[in-house]
Amino acid sequence: MANDTIRMTAAQIARAVNAGEMSASDATGAALAHIDEVDDRVGSFLTRLHDLARAQAKRVDDRVRAGERLPLAGVPVAVKDNMCLTGTRTTCGSKILENWISPYTATAVQRIIDAGGIPVGKANMDEFAMGSSCENSALGVTRNPYDLRRVPGGSSGGSAAAVAAYEAAIGLGSDTGGSIREPGAFCNIIGFKPTYGRVSRYGLIAFASSLDQIGPLTRTVEDAALAYEAIAGHDPMDSTSIDRPVEPVSHALREDLKGLRIGIVKEFVTEKLGEEIDALYQQAYDELRDLGAELVEVSLPTADYGLATYYLIAPAECSSNLARFDGVRYGLRVDGDDVGQMYERTRAAGFGQEVKRRILIGTYALSSGYYDAYYVKAQKARTMFANDFKRAFERCDLIASPAASSPAFEFNAKSDPYSMYMMDYYTIPMSLAGLPALSVPCGWVSGMPMGLQLAAPLFEEANLLSAAHAYEQGTKHAQKVPVAL
Amino acid sequence: MNTLTKYEAVIGIECHVELKTRTKMFCGCLNEFGGEPNTKVCPVCLALPGSLPVANKEAIEHMILAGLAFDAQIPAFSKFDRKNYFYPDMPKDYQISQYDMPLTQGGVVRYWLEDGTMKECRLTRIHLEEDTGKSTHAGGGDGRIAGSTYSLVDFNRAGVPLMECVSEPDIHSAEEAVAYLEALKRTFVQLGVSDVKMEEGSLRCDANVSIRPAGSTQLGTKTEIKNMNSFRSVHRAIESEIERQIEILESGGRIVQETRGWDENEGVTHSMRSKEQAHDYRYFPDPDLVPLEVDRAAVERLKASVPFLPWQRFERYHREYGLDVKPATQLIDSLPLADYFDKCVAASNNPQQSMNFVLGDLSRLANETATPVHESPVTPEHLAELIGLVSAKTINSKIAKELLERMWRGEGSPKVIVEKEGLAQTSDTGEIEKFVGEVLAANEKAVSDYKAGKTNILGFLTGQVMKASRGKANPALVQELLKAKLG
Repeated sequence: MANDTIRMTAAQIARAVNAGEMSASDATGAALAHIDEVDDRVGSFLTRLHDLARAQAKRVDDRVRAGERLPLAGVPVAVKDNMCLTGTRTTCGSKILENWISPYTATAVQRIIDAGGIPVGKANMDEFAMGSSCENSALGVTRNPYDLRRVPGGSSGGSAAAVAAYEAAIGLGSDTGGSIREPGAFCNIIGFKPTYGRVSRYGLIAFASSLDQIGPLTRTVEDAALAYEAIAGHDPMDSTSIDRPVEPVSHALREDLKGLRIGIVKEFVTEKLGEEIDALYQQAYDELRDLGAELVEVSLPTADYGLATYYLIAPAECSSNLARFDGVRYGLRVDGDDVGQMYERTRAAGFGQEVKRRILIGTYALSSGYYDAYYVKAQKARTMFANDFKRAFERCDLIASPAASSPAFEFNAKSDPYSMYMMDYYTIPMSLAGLPALSVPCGWVSGMPMGLQLAAPLFEEANLLSAAHAYEQGTKHAQKVPVAL
Repeated sequence: MNTLTKYEAVIGIECHVELKTRTKMFCGCLNEFGGEPNTKVCPVCLALPGSLPVANKEAIEHMILAGLAFDAQIPAFSKFDRKNYFYPDMPKDYQISQYDMPLTQGGVVRYWLEDGTMKECRLTRIHLEEDTGKSTHAGGGDGRIAGSTYSLVDFNRAGVPLMECVSEPDIHSAEEAVAYLEALKRTFVQLGVSDVKMEEGSLRCDANVSIRPAGSTQLGTKTEIKNMNSFRSVHRAIESEIERQIEILESGGRIVQETRGWDENEGVTHSMRSKEQAHDYRYFPDPDLVPLEVDRAAVERLKASVPFLPWQRFERYHREYGLDVKPATQLIDSLPLADYFDKCVAASNNPQQSMNFVLGDLSRLANETATPVHESPVTPEHLAELIGLVSAKTINSKIAKELLERMWRGEGSPKVIVEKEGLAQTSDTGEIEKFVGEVLAANEKAVSDYKAGKTNILGFLTGQVMKASRGKANPALVQELLKAKLG
């Protein structure tokens, strides 16, 4: 019974709880028991929220009994540890916030709670969301449920692993350059990044403000749609959140791709990823065609500048965003002889290698004398990306591509930062243009799952999710239970 | 030629003014001075992880209004930038400010000097930013950071909206600098955009000072003077800095570009940091805030709400009405009084007398009773009536004074009182002659003294006649008749 319960999708749980067939407390209890059973091996969570989850489940049961129908009633949710939740530790995977208890709740998390969702734990992540494997967490190791010797991807690795290992039905992640889509692909689940500004960033600890976007990781597209409907929409607390109605999508997901034009990017040459991977993506494109889509070749002439552009803008913003971790008001403080030495010691002890590297790159890129050559130029390149996509979308409705450059790799496999950065080669251009994009399972390479990335024009989440649903239902690549469990 | 006239000072002023708004610049905390430390704070103004700023509309409107009052341009687009540097009382370790696209550009501040000369100082820009918290250094060191063992930070002020007015180097003396600042202060107070309380730190300024040979058009090397906490210290600091620079040049030295702090106790400036040590603030557009598109219709509405400004008032009072600089300024510095004065002038058409009453007897009564003039029962129209009665010589000044006190107590129209009580001054020769006759008969000694050459006794006799007439007699006529009788 418990085993069946944890395998239920978010849609199934909410349906059952709203129909009175199951209580939110039972659904939550099953998830918590399962977490206790597997998480010592998987390591999805930095903090388990058993008490808070049980209390929230009770409130949901009361609300349902009082006649309310909640779209996420009783659904266990893993919350990436860069989102604030009142009274819980919110670490960003960093020593500098190791013991910081948030006194307020992020808008997206609050909306999950309001919709009846149950936060069951705070999920591990690369420190300050900087990384693609979760190995940059200073506070714990998360393993890929499909092979415990391999990474779950990152930076939302904990949320992805939790959903893949049935510890939660929904994982909240954040995506700056691919941090939802890549771990989604690595863990055989859906990773969905909505349009920049769709989901409020209030309470999401910033990495790169102009790129960060919260989104769901789920085992089905329908669940991704449900979660998206719950968290999307304007928030007066976030000036960059968009005041525009969110089209309901979860009840109108299509079953085929007839009449859709799907663009294949000329510059995204998959041959360089190796024969096996190339064959897999050619197969995925064929599947799209078999489901009724018309494939068209499109061009993103700037594609190769994505990484360079991203690694100027994101570090520049992070160098400023992370200044506040100074030991003065909260978090780690290492004392010094004066305030300057206190800053230095605190930040030296509190931040990991990758975070320091990006702060340095960003500080340099913004320095007087270099600003025009780096930051300003990167912003101009960003406009070119947006224009390239605009032109491409004149010829197609969606764009399909790999979600990551390889399947999940083993721990310590990427020794230099650049090879790690390359993992996000296919996801970064969409991030720079602010587009909605997701990864959906598309097959297996060497026994590990691979993801197909689908991207849509700004605000066309409904179209995107609908097409992904058709692909998911038409191929059923995801139907394989993690053997490691 | 002495050294002071050999050189010309060139001064530009950067002035920070806290805006009067209901809430802080980027969060919902109340914008109020003081309070228990760290009680007017929230996740946003404490820069807790994950918090985001949302710009305050009221502050932006205040800024645009201030710009319009100085004839500044209001560009259609503006944006916020981050100014990055570490400081313990700055929660985010960057300040949200405006770098290259401020809300207002250009403009002119018109101000006047003590001799009534009208001056102009061009503005470079006014931009909007946020204030920092306040540090207190404790555990020894007498409040200074040196010698203290720990510091406390109060973030109540953190995030209060601040406008920075940057002037062009159009100012040439300490006197002009202070007059310029006073003009800013008056204007902001009148616009209602700030209380401008220097003692609460809601106006703070720095001065860029350089000197050059008189007649030269090239700029000399400047120093930036900080830590001036009152208009008086602005005056003293600039004078002292000009002297210091002249001494250096006169002794063949060279001015170093640097920041210097004013020491109020010692009356000198000290070097704080040189150009080489200047911060690189790494400005970049704040990605948490969207660019501001300034609504033209809103600008037009604000333009229409710009009031009659202090410098315009001064032109009217001083040049048109002929009031002296001091009383004119005194009126302008108390807006309710100036408004009251304007209404009184409108009704009396007598600015000089209106000013005399408003700044004289009325202000005295206001002081004595702790009631502001404009809230007293004396309406400007009644005061104008009183002025009319005096001008028409219907009553003399003594009666006017008495009447004013009765009006202050709420007895209403002076005209009505005068008519009802028959207080009108009489110039009826027959009637006055009767009083003169009575007084001369009752004061034989005075009469003989007068005739013996003690002509100053005339004042006493005049007083007696006035008293007999219950103040109604025309004093000039009384004297004339007395002299005639005494022959």
